[in-house]
Amino acid sequence: MPHKPPGVRITVDGTPVTGRPGQTIAAILIAAGRHSWRRGPSGSPRGVFCGIGVCFDCLVTVNGTRDVRACLRRADDGDAITTQPRTKGTP
Amino acid sequence: MTRHVVVIGAGPAGLGAATAAVRAGARVTLLDSADQAGGQYHRMPPDAYEARRPFRICESERCDWWPGAAVWALERRDSGPPRVHVVRGPDADGDGRRRCVLRADALVLAPGAHDRVLPFPGWELPGVVTAGAAQVLAKGERVAVGGRVLVAGTGPFLLPVAASLLDVGAHVLGVLEAGTAGALLRGWTRRPWELTGQAGKGAELAAYAARLARGRVPYRTGRGVVEARGDGRVEEVVTARLRGDWSVVPGSEQVLTVDALCVTHGFTPRLELPVAAGCALLDGFVAVDEDQATSVPGVYAAGEVTGIAGAPAARAEGVVAGWTAGGGTPGRLGATRRRRDEGRAFASRLAAAHPIGRRWAGWLRPDTIVCRCEETDYGTLRDAAASRLDARAVRLGTRAGLGPCQARICGPTLAELLDTNPHHRPIAWPIRLGELANPPAEPKEGT
Repeated sequence: MPHKPPGVRITVDGTPVTGRPGQTIAAILIAAGRHSWRRGPSGSPRGVFCGIGVCFDCLVTVNGTRDVRACLRRADDGDAITTQPRTKGTP
Repeated sequence: MTRHVVVIGAGPAGLGAATAAVRAGARVTLLDSADQAGGQYHRMPPDAYEARRPFRICESERCDWWPGAAVWALERRDSGPPRVHVVRGPDADGDGRRRCVLRADALVLAPGAHDRVLPFPGWELPGVVTAGAAQVLAKGERVAVGGRVLVAGTGPFLLPVAASLLDVGAHVLGVLEAGTAGALLRGWTRRPWELTGQAGKGAELAAYAARLARGRVPYRTGRGVVEARGDGRVEEVVTARLRGDWSVVPGSEQVLTVDALCVTHGFTPRLELPVAAGCALLDGFVAVDEDQATSVPGVYAAGEVTGIAGAPAARAEGVVAGWTAGGGTPGRLGATRRRRDEGRAFASRLAAAHPIGRRWAGWLRPDTIVCRCEETDYGTLRDAAASRLDARAVRLGTRAGLGPCQARICGPTLAELLDTNPHHRPIAWPIRLGELANPPAEPKEGT
């Protein structure tokens, strides 16, 4: 059997997702087949666009802290991610 | 007293600057908002980075390497370079970041560039990403952005991105270069003597082209994506033949089924910090002299902010900037300066080979989103522009460019449509109110 590296287990709106150590939240979600997790002002779905922290399309709430760029933040084991709607006056 | 040089940005230019400033005898603080040095060009997975520790300057006793350090403001002073306001933290955008203020004898700005993407109908759909995003996911995370992927836009960056996608197992349906074959040939073959110092760059591109050939990925010129469609994510794209001015040849449209589309139309220099420092611009880039000095005393600039020329030229610019900023003997580094000048010639050649066609806005429809953050559409902007209000009134009225990204993505497009300065931002990066309320730390000598 090949050596199996330990995974990073996070939850996204309560659903467990597993990634590799050092991966960003965005990479874990995309690898799991999920391409959108935020909404624009009209409610249209959004996910990663620029991938390097410039566009702010991929914001999520991590362990209660809002407005974290999922493309930059490396996931820690046990992180609880919640998706955040875009309401008027907030990013 | 030892000079203290602060270098902002640890890509090829910033690494070159830090190395040269240390060699010139200075003490350096090297900052990057990422947790790895190397910038986008040297991006690698964290385990590979930890194993290789690839950049020796980051281990140097005379260089304080600050990963995860976001510069949120530059505070101008009457004399000397601006003070550098930083938030540092273990986690990107996390709680518990600390504020610090850095005072320097000289500042080197090497913030780099990000993809420019022109809007088209459906570009806001999930699965439509910048070429840079696809590259970072592939090289830094070993993740393919999709299974059936098209790479489109203009510029040599299309090639490494497609190659990286192949390396992580994506099926790359093709690479579409919007520029016509004629424009490419004219740009690349004109003044061939300028290419002598850039042989490495040419070989690198040839290797990518060979990789695409092995993967049977077609490369087509004079063709672009003019629409993305899908229900909740991109499912198909419409491509069309483009004339030299990027107007669509009627009847040439084709529909392709994809689950991801990677787009780039060149690069936008990250000018917010140079503008905040008060640096004069020239043709959309930071104006620098022979020593990479900007118009602001004690402030130097290097890399893509002075012109899009690729990693070798950026590194050479960084070395010249860091040497001068660090108090090195003036006039040295002849070979490096030649490499830099060849790199700049290469940059103007690239720009000539991959211009943005004047008629690209013909792809847009009235309901096409231009500002992704505020979902301001083209029709609204066109009406506002026609109303002859000043640019500020147009932006406040339409909210274009006023969302979370602060016009980083749509800024160049708005500038074209509304004639505005896209780079002025009083706060360079968002900072949390709690962080602002905490008193900043003032690092002492040697910390």
